Amino acid sequence: MNQYTKREDDFENRRTHLAQLTESEVEARFWSLLDEIVSPLLTLAKTHTSPSIERSVLLRMGFSSLEAKPLVEEAIRRNLVGHGVGHLVYYKATQDCITIREAGLAMLQGNGWEALEVHFGQEVAQ
Amino acid sequence: MSSLMPNEKIDIHAILDDLENYRPKRRGWIWREKSAQQTYGPFQYRDMSTALVNGIAQPAASYFSNIDPQPENTITTEIASGRFEDDIRRMRMAAWHGADHIMVIRTAGQSHFDGLIEGTPQGIGGIPISRKQVRAHRKALDLIEEEVGRPINYHSYISGVAGPDIAVMLAEEGVNGAHQDPQYNVLYRNINMVRSFVDAAESKKIMTWAEMVQIDGAHNANATAREAWKVMPELMVQHGINALFSHKVGMPKENIALSTVPPTAAPAPCVRLDLPYAVALRDLFKDYKIRAQMNTKYITSSSREATVTHVMNMLISRLTSADIQSTITPDEGRNVPWHMYNIEACETAKQALSGMDGLMELVALKREGVLGEEVRQLKERAVLFLEEIIAAGGYFEAVEKGFFVDSGLYPERNGDGIGRQLNGGVGAGTVYKRHEDYMAPVTAHYGNNNVAQYDERKVSEPSALIDGCTLEKPEKIIYIDELDPEDNVNKRLDETEHYRQKEVPMITPEVQWLGDGIVQVDLVLPTDARTAQYAAVYFGEQMNLKEVEVIHIEALHPSEGSRVQIKGVLKVDLNLSELVIPETPEVYDDDTIRHIFETTSVKIVAGTVGEDEHSVGLREVIDIKHGGIEKYGCDVTYLGTSVPIEKLVDAAIEINADVILASTIISHDDVHYKNMKRIHEYAVEKGVRDRFIICAGGTQVTPEIARKHGMDEGFGRYDRGVNVATFIAKTLTHVTELAPSDSAIAEKEA
Repeated sequence: MNQYTKREDDFENRRTHLAQLTESEVEARFWSLLDEIVSPLLTLAKTHTSPSIERSVLLRMGFSSLEAKPLVEEAIRRNLVGHGVGHLVYYKATQDCITIREAGLAMLQGNGWEALEVHFGQEVAQ
Repeated sequence: MSSLMPNEKIDIHAILDDLENYRPKRRGWIWREKSAQQTYGPFQYRDMSTALVNGIAQPAASYFSNIDPQPENTITTEIASGRFEDDIRRMRMAAWHGADHIMVIRTAGQSHFDGLIEGTPQGIGGIPISRKQVRAHRKALDLIEEEVGRPINYHSYISGVAGPDIAVMLAEEGVNGAHQDPQYNVLYRNINMVRSFVDAAESKKIMTWAEMVQIDGAHNANATAREAWKVMPELMVQHGINALFSHKVGMPKENIALSTVPPTAAPAPCVRLDLPYAVALRDLFKDYKIRAQMNTKYITSSSREATVTHVMNMLISRLTSADIQSTITPDEGRNVPWHMYNIEACETAKQALSGMDGLMELVALKREGVLGEEVRQLKERAVLFLEEIIAAGGYFEAVEKGFFVDSGLYPERNGDGIGRQLNGGVGAGTVYKRHEDYMAPVTAHYGNNNVAQYDERKVSEPSALIDGCTLEKPEKIIYIDELDPEDNVNKRLDETEHYRQKEVPMITPEVQWLGDGIVQVDLVLPTDARTAQYAAVYFGEQMNLKEVEVIHIEALHPSEGSRVQIKGVLKVDLNLSELVIPETPEVYDDDTIRHIFETTSVKIVAGTVGEDEHSVGLREVIDIKHGGIEKYGCDVTYLGTSVPIEKLVDAAIEINADVILASTIISHDDVHYKNMKRIHEYAVEKGVRDRFIICAGGTQVTPEIARKHGMDEGFGRYDRGVNVATFIAKTLTHVTELAPSDSAIAEKEA
């Protein structure tokens, strides 16, 4: 059994501080309160990533869904996801002077991960 | 296939052909606009958009020169058959009936699929959204929009744990609109809330690049809450959270649409309850777009009742506004929607919105008094809801405490909301902090992106690091055709190929898939509802239907009668090459006939000849009340029944008629043809045959045989006033060959 709140409609009591506002002030309050609620969610999104975001980056870099998924999983397993999986592929391509696809396909074969770990360090990203 | 021809079916094989190299024609949503043309037939409109090049007008348009005015609202149709190849044909039908927003429902369960689905597997209640299916749909719509002459928006879903993956794929494939609302994931799909909001920002950024219109998921609260009309304050909060979150990501307000639903349905006093809510929403969200959905919460298996509910929903749309008027098929309460119900829904929208054209020039909403008070109260209740979210510590904490989808009218709370835990749900623990050096070398990426570490000049254009990503260079997209050797479109097409052959075409009835054989039968049985339910199945089986199911039952009286609708599979194919179809008689439109009759005054003498008391057929051909030839402005002298041949011809001579119409129904011993021959001969005898157009009609009359018996034309069972009038008009204007001359008849007889 959940402990969610049950309560009678106490609208008349609760609204006393709103009663004197004009209609446009009520509307403005609606939007400013919303801003307070969504701003931290946007900050969270700016500073975090997820497997699906990383897959979507790899898709845009020219990998198929079948290729993107294991690349992201391997980056997570090696605690490298916080650098950006697209970043790892980009870095390997520039280091090895190969194309983005060649770098990603090599990583899918299990190649180059140790070098990436050395470069990016093995920080815990969570 | 470069373009579609109205008289040819769309070739599904051609759509699939070379799909790997297909690129959509455009991206971005296109709104309908009010058109400069507001005159259609005899009417002046206020709110119409551009007419279609090819379309099908509503049935009653036949009374008004077949006008087909198109409302200024985008009209949505939702297609859910689960087979994308059959959806394509339905899209085309819907576009002809005015739909320009095609929403193909997504298969059940895809929300929890962590990645893209590839290939063309069959779905349940919708299709798996895969690149191949989306591309095929957009390719078909690129052709269909040219055929109907109006841009068509294709719509899909960016929700679930693979939102950003799907967003990229849809952006690449030119999809024009999508549902995107992290609250939907959290509340209805139990996907972890942190993951949902982090993913949503990325998805929305991609949608913004693709200029998609976004529709939120708030309507689901309406469909889920026990008493839907009480969640109104919360719905405003849900709309607000998604709208502002999206806008702050960068999406323009004009591309953000609120998915609103009138919360109640009759027999509730629905307009009285729904209108204040609609007004409050339009006030608060005046810069955003409104997608007016129809009520689904209180839909039953009665398609008639659903249609009436939906018309009342559109009254709300007309009294407030609806940038997108969604339609719900009237069969949604009893089966996965069928072809014809998508069309009915589109027609209902077109009919209601054109019928209520210009309404706001005649009426105004009474903001003073109860409407204004209730609007204000709803806004305040929503503000109080937001205050309590902040007091609880923010959005996540509010969700944990079961704030949402509670059945109380906020601030009333019934403790029955949907609660989720911060670290719970699908995808929990899969959000990772970005390092200082986090980098993604792509376009439309949201949040911290340290491009500067590689090239400061490319900060505003991260994909320049890799010489463009797929959004700029679609040739970089990797296309996967099929993964499952069994569950794919090629196998499905093989099974139904005999229905697609052009040379020896086979057909069978269908409701959603080519060859499904499903038919619907309506029965009235003189018994109570429960007995009728089982009896109907028996009758269906006696009709040789398989898999008979009752889809609707309604008492006409507790014991006198019940109405039952059943569906079943008719396993019968028809080879079209064996079907005999009589040639279509040419008929002039009403205006043409009227014009000819005006310029050439037409006098007609008519009667049923011989010993024959039948009058109904001839009266239907003549009387204005039945749409007969009188309506074209001709002068008809009706002599009645059992009129002697001689009297008919003599009367024509006396009043100087142009046309003699003889009805002859009794056909025993070919007396009807004998009568015709006698009329002809009597007229010849009198020396007046050339003065008259003489026609005979009756249920047993065959035109060819009538002509052989001296008539200028014969009319049978299916001919109406318009057929007779067309013949007269043609003859008078010498468009057609005149009847055989007297000498020709004489030759034949000789």
